[in-house]
Amino acid sequence: MRDDAAIVVQDVNRIYKVRGPKRRSDPQEVTALADVNLDVKRGELFGLLGPNGAGKTTLIKILATLLLPSSGTALVDGFDVVKEQKAIRRRISMVSGGETSGYGLLTVEENLWMFARLYGLDNKTAKERIDSMLKLMGLADRRRTKIADLSTGLRQKMNFIRGFISDPSVVFLDEPTLGLDVGAARDVRAFVEEWMDDRPDRTMVLTTHYMAEADELCDRIAIIDRGRIIACDTPENLKRSLKEETVFHLKVAPLGKRPEANEHRIEAVHGVRRVSTTEVNGHTEVTLILETEEALAGVIGHLEARGSNLLSLEKQEPSLEDVFVRMVGRSLSVDTSQRDE
Amino acid sequence: MYTDNRAQGLTLFWQSIWARAYPRIFGMLRERSWMFFDTFLPLLGTLSYVFVYRAIQAPEEYIGFVVVGGAMTAFWLNMLWSMASQLYWDKDMGNLELYVVSPAPLPAILLGMAIGGLVNTTMRATAIIVVCSLLFAVPYEPGSLILLLMVFIVTMTALYGMGMLFASVFLASGREAWHMANLLQEPIYLASGFFFPVRALGFWFATFASILPLTLGLDAMRQLLFADAVTLRFLPVEVELGLLVVSSVVFISTAMLALAKLEERGRREGRLIERRR
Repeated sequence: MRDDAAIVVQDVNRIYKVRGPKRRSDPQEVTALADVNLDVKRGELFGLLGPNGAGKTTLIKILATLLLPSSGTALVDGFDVVKEQKAIRRRISMVSGGETSGYGLLTVEENLWMFARLYGLDNKTAKERIDSMLKLMGLADRRRTKIADLSTGLRQKMNFIRGFISDPSVVFLDEPTLGLDVGAARDVRAFVEEWMDDRPDRTMVLTTHYMAEADELCDRIAIIDRGRIIACDTPENLKRSLKEETVFHLKVAPLGKRPEANEHRIEAVHGVRRVSTTEVNGHTEVTLILETEEALAGVIGHLEARGSNLLSLEKQEPSLEDVFVRMVGRSLSVDTSQRDE
Repeated sequence: MYTDNRAQGLTLFWQSIWARAYPRIFGMLRERSWMFFDTFLPLLGTLSYVFVYRAIQAPEEYIGFVVVGGAMTAFWLNMLWSMASQLYWDKDMGNLELYVVSPAPLPAILLGMAIGGLVNTTMRATAIIVVCSLLFAVPYEPGSLILLLMVFIVTMTALYGMGMLFASVFLASGREAWHMANLLQEPIYLASGFFFPVRALGFWFATFASILPLTLGLDAMRQLLFADAVTLRFLPVEVELGLLVVSSVVFISTAMLALAKLEERGRREGRLIERRR
């Protein structure tokens, strides 16, 4: 393992066996991760970007020692996730979005104290850290509130404090802002940035399907789809890969209920590289990646011929969403776990 | 940041026990209605047996048998529902994931659950004994109090060793284990002789039932609390105490092995992270 690598993943596969409703039926094999290879440097904030069901959480759970890989090797802080899980657990922490952990009858500070003690913190240190982190996250006035009485956003802030209270070497954040309102999500992101700035030797792995979040926070991003890593680079380099192409966002009258067929038809138009469509509030949003601007006229002509009028048109600088569409051929909002079923 | 030396040691083990016991003890104290119903309902069950024995004019020492059995029922239920099943709820709430990811040893977590439950259950058992003893003037004639205390401690050790074993099963399964706990409740009331001397079941059945620590523990405690119980005993107290020590060692060592094995299986099959209520 390289000295500067906090995480090394080599040829990791994870296959689940899923049984049908009949008990005696043979289990079906579902591939959650296929030949995954990754290096995360020490001090890096690394993003795993992909739609629901892409395999992000499975990878995080393997690195956090909750799951074993079906094959391959994964090292965290130099320790093997299969054989040296105890050493890894002393160095890591994990926070998931939408967590309902903790005990509702205990107060915020009691729950945090309990988890701090499980990480071996002595009473004094635990209380000092709880005090300072409650203030930092704006939860000081809720310290004696039972967590059953907290809103989703406040509870997630408490989960964040829980995850960072042991001052871990490697932190895994699995969709940390899932379900949070704009303000709470902003607070969480600010906390993450500050924590990483203050501790250059710590490493963080963040899974998200929010493009802006990944773009704002991450030093490098791996795009994962259907269990495979399809690209891994800095956000800037990923976006630069689209500079040669032109990206347009169109709103058109509804195209119909078969998005994949619609996308294939548009992709057949000369000069079109990739298309993604999403039905939103009675209209269809189309992301177009074109070889040149001239191809746009052909697309609009095609849409009008199909009776779908153009409602609005916008030329954009490539975003991570566009990178994803270019590489995968569909939008991040599509849930691949459902397509697989 | 956390260091290896600190994490490996007894300190972390003891800290983890107290940390996990804390929500059991203080959570219960904050939900007074639970405390009331957890005490009142078993009290009603015990009272009903007392009145049955009174109605059929059974020997008076049977009343004492029922009161002690009623109090010990609380410990059985605590072990079955509040320890093994708690792990199922912890899994469902996402706490189990966090326990596994933390450096806290799982046996310490389970021990914390057991001790937390034991504190609450002792309050409940004491209430049953005090109320029933006052109401029915139970004629206690205690022999050796030291021996009585030893029997109680060893019975609890064996019982919670058995609880850890159940909990490890819950770690790798889930709803199936939940159903198993349901299935176990009533047959064990019968097999352990909660409300009658286990000798009434016949020697071989009582021998088979002795796999349950409460069967031997109850029989021994009754002998030590009531002078006439010797005529209704299953085995002498010293033999029962020896068997309970053996049970404690067997259950705890099996539970430790099972915990390690089933955690590994849980990681392999993804059962530590599933939530399927």
